[in-house]
Amino acid sequence: MDNTNNYLLRVDGLKTYFAIKKGLLRRTAGYVRAVDGVSFAIASGESHGLVGESGCGKTTVARSITRLVPTTAGRVVFEKMDVLSADRVRLRQLRREISIIFQDPYGSLNPRMTIGNIVGEPLKVQKGTAGSELSNRVATLLTKVGLSAEHINRYPHEFSGGQRQRIGVARALSLEPKLVICDEPVSALDVSIQSQILNLLKDLQDEFGLTYLFIAHDLAVVEFFCDVVAVMYMGKIVERAEATELYHNPLHPYTRALMSAIPRVEPALRGHRSAPVGEVPSTLKPAVGCAFGPRCPRRQRQCQEQEPELEENTDYKGHFVACWECQGN
Amino acid sequence: MNEDGVLLSIEGLSVSFFTEEGVARAVQDVSLQIKKGKTFALVGESGCGKSVTALSIMRLVPCPPGEIVAGEIVFGSRNLLELSERRMRSIRGNKIAMIFQEPMTSLNPVYTVGDQIIEAIRLHQRKSTSEAWADAVDMLRKAGIADPQQRVSEYPHQMSGGMRQRVMIAMAISCKPELLIADEPTTALDVTIQAQILDLLDELREREGMSILLITHNLGIVAERADDVAVMYASRIVEVADAQRLLAEPLHPYTQGLLKSLPRLGLCSQRLETISGVVPEPLHFPPGCKFHPRCPVGHDDKRCQTTEPKLREVQPGRCVACWYAPGYEK
Repeated sequence: MDNTNNYLLRVDGLKTYFAIKKGLLRRTAGYVRAVDGVSFAIASGESHGLVGESGCGKTTVARSITRLVPTTAGRVVFEKMDVLSADRVRLRQLRREISIIFQDPYGSLNPRMTIGNIVGEPLKVQKGTAGSELSNRVATLLTKVGLSAEHINRYPHEFSGGQRQRIGVARALSLEPKLVICDEPVSALDVSIQSQILNLLKDLQDEFGLTYLFIAHDLAVVEFFCDVVAVMYMGKIVERAEATELYHNPLHPYTRALMSAIPRVEPALRGHRSAPVGEVPSTLKPAVGCAFGPRCPRRQRQCQEQEPELEENTDYKGHFVACWECQGN
Repeated sequence: MNEDGVLLSIEGLSVSFFTEEGVARAVQDVSLQIKKGKTFALVGESGCGKSVTALSIMRLVPCPPGEIVAGEIVFGSRNLLELSERRMRSIRGNKIAMIFQEPMTSLNPVYTVGDQIIEAIRLHQRKSTSEAWADAVDMLRKAGIADPQQRVSEYPHQMSGGMRQRVMIAMAISCKPELLIADEPTTALDVTIQAQILDLLDELREREGMSILLITHNLGIVAERADDVAVMYASRIVEVADAQRLLAEPLHPYTQGLLKSLPRLGLCSQRLETISGVVPEPLHFPPGCKFHPRCPVGHDDKRCQTTEPKLREVQPGRCVACWYAPGYEK
């Protein structure tokens, strides 16, 4: 965290709680702590991964950064702009700089709009592009993502899942954003199509110098794609390191459990399974102490009393972990 | 009639859907043998016909528009396709049970979990409600649910996804089936829960001696859980073998491509290899070998473009459908 100026996006102590309303008077009965104190920074041109199981808050982090949900506390700085306090004008500007690729290529495209309109709409709305300039631009974008200009007048239902995801990528790139948030971009696709989209995203990154926040639950995909990876569990980052370091030397018991739970094709790499017992507890009633405590094989007394902070491991530089047992000496 | 150790054998199964836009041949000439007490995996991408094959075994292919146009499915000594609907009903859910991908939608939200399990038990066995209820509790315990006494009277919405899948399993094993068909049983679940559910299935298979037909698109699951595997592509089986041998040395270019395009943990590379193009739709299958437009080997070969290779044994216990596979033509 030394050279602060190089970061495109900095998130500090981000908290997003959702109130649960109950009863006739809709009183607030409690909070779901979807994101509970998340901090990370993404350098320009980097791919930052966010992994975790369903409900761990990874999508809410993305939505909070883009102000699609109201946040509870924390700071988000994009370039030099304070995102969470930005007014409408600045927010509109921000939407040009940050775009999102969604998971579901079926649900995220309007079935009544032609591909040309879907990809061109951000340009119309944000920059007032029109006429032949617009159609030229859309055609260029479509060829960039591996579709052709002939597709402009077609509708989403005429395309396969992989092609629809390409349309989603074209739309996300239409305003030449600096940061692209990919929310599970390949999890709905078939294996043979998955690799095509992942390669496409990498090629586009090289060509346009994009920065990615890459959200996924598939650890193998994240390892392939990302430079830095953060593992989330119940609204918090429990471990963060460079991808190669994290995958060769996972420290947090949760990360280890996740890795050992992945079915492997190569028999040689199949290690001892340490899948955690039980299921992810409710975020309504967080446990005292470490959130992973109740499922952790290495649980100590301290873990039940006090929550560990995300700290740099003393033995491995740049490897941050939130665990009493594995912070080094 | 039966080769020893084979529980279910499918011979030349073809299923078509007669739609307004034309005939979709969802499954063509599929043959496979599921051995007693073993796990047989059927892999392939969406739309390749693996689920339709499973539904044919249960005789649950929606008719119309679907129709089993050819083939036989021999279970024990009977051809399931020739049984009356009444006889079939005594097998379905009893001797052959099925669990589905979506544990959310395959349970009825207005009945308790217990009600749904005893329905299956009482349909196939002469048992009083209280006996069946006790059985239901027992099945839930076998499926690894904590506090089964209490859980049995809860509704599906009170449970998590992993728990619901356990309920589905409890229901499926309640009549001690000989064959359990698991159609993408863990696709909707997180990896840690996936491992737990697959462990449970393995344990039940060993303890109850049942066979499992595991339908999945995840080759990692095949490597860890399956004894035999068949790879399907565009309605046909393109390769069948012992799971370990198939993964170690795939013979069909499609299987090879699939394995290469997987990002693998710990084997980081700069680019992934890809299979170009898209999976063809059943209404518009290409002529010849259905994989030829995407095939790196036979793309320009006249024969691949015009004549479809049949599944043929190339080594003892290994079948493949590719003109270029070693040993395919003697």
